[in-house]
Amino acid sequence: MKIKKVDNWDLIITPNRGYFEFHFNEIWNFRDLLLIFIRRDIITQYKQTILGPLWIVIPPILTTLVFTIFFGNIAGISTDGIPSVLFYMAGIINWNFFSTALTSTSNTLAGNVGIFGKAYFPRIIVPLSTIASSFLRYFIQFGIFLFILTYFSFFKSANFAIQYQLLWVLPMLIFIMAIMGLGFGLLFSASTAKYKDLRFLIGFGVRLMMYASTVIFPLSIIPEKYKWIILGNPMSAIIESFRYVFFGMGVLDFKYLGYSFLIALSIFFLGYIFFNKVEQKFIDYA
Amino acid sequence: MPKTDTVIEICGLSKKYRLGQINSGTFKEEVLKFWPKLRNSKTGSIESNNDNEFWALKDINFTVDKGEVLGIIGRNGAGKSTLLKILSRITSPTEGKIKINGKLASLLEVGTGFHPELTGRENIFLNGSILGMKKVDIQKQFDEIVNFSGIEKFIETPVKRYSSGMYVRLAFAVAAHLESEILIVDEVLAVGDQSFQDKCIGKMQSVSKSGRTILFVSHNLHAVRKLCKWAILLENGMLVNEGDIDQVLTSYTQKTHKQSPIVDLPPAENNEPIFGKRLRFFNKTGASQTTFLIREIWKVKLEFELIERLPHVIAGIGIITSTGIPVLTYWSEPKDLVVGEYSIDFDITTALSACKLSFVVGLSCRTDTIYYEENIGGVTISDIAEGEQPYQAFGSGILITKKRNKIVRLKD
Repeated sequence: MKIKKVDNWDLIITPNRGYFEFHFNEIWNFRDLLLIFIRRDIITQYKQTILGPLWIVIPPILTTLVFTIFFGNIAGISTDGIPSVLFYMAGIINWNFFSTALTSTSNTLAGNVGIFGKAYFPRIIVPLSTIASSFLRYFIQFGIFLFILTYFSFFKSANFAIQYQLLWVLPMLIFIMAIMGLGFGLLFSASTAKYKDLRFLIGFGVRLMMYASTVIFPLSIIPEKYKWIILGNPMSAIIESFRYVFFGMGVLDFKYLGYSFLIALSIFFLGYIFFNKVEQKFIDYA
Repeated sequence: MPKTDTVIEICGLSKKYRLGQINSGTFKEEVLKFWPKLRNSKTGSIESNNDNEFWALKDINFTVDKGEVLGIIGRNGAGKSTLLKILSRITSPTEGKIKINGKLASLLEVGTGFHPELTGRENIFLNGSILGMKKVDIQKQFDEIVNFSGIEKFIETPVKRYSSGMYVRLAFAVAAHLESEILIVDEVLAVGDQSFQDKCIGKMQSVSKSGRTILFVSHNLHAVRKLCKWAILLENGMLVNEGDIDQVLTSYTQKTHKQSPIVDLPPAENNEPIFGKRLRFFNKTGASQTTFLIREIWKVKLEFELIERLPHVIAGIGIITSTGIPVLTYWSEPKDLVVGEYSIDFDITTALSACKLSFVVGLSCRTDTIYYEENIGGVTISDIAEGEQPYQAFGSGILITKKRNKIVRLKD
């Protein structure tokens, strides 16, 4: 005997989607759109600029030089004996990856009202594509970092040692930074869709967070009683570990990394849940 | 037993909007609302103020069968766009349920997501994917899309260098090749020149003949009549009529014929810097009236107010018969206008035969429509003519000629 499925609908639209109701299969269905958005972001970003993709490498190099001159040479902040150019660059490219992942996704909803008001696709596609192009920029900057690192290890008798046996930590660091940046971005994106004043807080907050991390100074110069402030910033352990992997200096403690990972994961889920909830109605008050 | 060929089933659909400034000051409000929720107190629950609420849709129920081409008609603000937005999942309903069978694609705008820096080719893929097409489907139809748009030569040029006409053609070409079992179309035919519009209507007709289901919203009642067999009529968020297209269109066009010599115009959509004031009807001596004789010259006065300085403003009125057939359009000369109140008289010099008429009022600034309202006011053309009485009229008009036309006998 055949069982007839009476209520066999492809799609049912109901008023409120639950906080934990995700449609992951939809993201897969729109994978072509994801790829096209990534392509669009990369193509359009540097069109009509004279230097083009060089803009990916110019800012971190210039920032490194400025940090080297002011923090390294003039202020004389310790770099744990690592050549200051390498020390700062290691901090800057990682920080930039995290902060651009955060800021570029934090305006997803409010910044795309035009498209979101006229066509349906899973909104998460947009921040995912933004993160993907941040990855591309990061890898190019990372390439420049490796280039400078090689230069130093061959032509300057520098006193650092690459910890080859720890290179496997690197993908982990990148993954933690990516989900943390995306998580914060989604959280802010969902909040700024409704409360526009939070937008001003983001740029400011991210900058403050950088000064409370190990981008500019090594953890070793921080007095013991203030260390918790710096280590409270989940980016600190990541930058310290990155430096440990490439220079053999700094701190690689899986306790600290585990903390960063937990923070990143919670922020990501919180952001995703909130984003998922807001995306279906935000167009009404955008 | 449920009908097996129903593709859309809408039950008790309602949508509530909050009016006024939603963005400012609500953070405090939400916090205030949040506290009682947290503490789970019964007394603290804040009921939202009814004055600030507005039901864009209220208890809508209807079903659409496979292969049906359904027109959705109603005045501005009747809830048509809200209905389409909910069906397209751009926003979610406040109450009710929609069940859909089959792949649904919606076309609420042409050229959504077009990026000015990208080439025509790149934008075809971008726009197509945003509309929900798969890359392989776009590739398969790529040549056809380019052909339809008629801009083969410029396909590798960034679209920012396109003329507005080329842009629209390319955008519509992508849209026209959107393949899905259910297609939702909102007012997209209003773009482009007449020949391109005809091409688009033709394309839509062929799509509908291929057995796909279409939901169609348009201000162009003529296009609705041409394409649709069935229609629903929305009024103030409620479904007031459904059925055969002719019956619904007639009830729509007759319903608002108040036949008053002074008709107030509804406000503009989308915060355009314009207020439609009123439409007045006069005979040639200036007396207000709504019934005119055949061959009588009468006037329509359109009054409006601008709250912003606008260049190249054109005012127009269209005359439509009660069966939804557009018969005449009158346009003003373009003029640069400063802030202030304006009026324009249109002399209706064409003799219409006995009928009931309603009006379309439109204002544009350069190529943008800043005001558009249809089904405004109503006048009656009586079956009596001014001066010499004609024979029975056939069609919608009678030519005014000085001389009676003579029948001449051909050579034997």
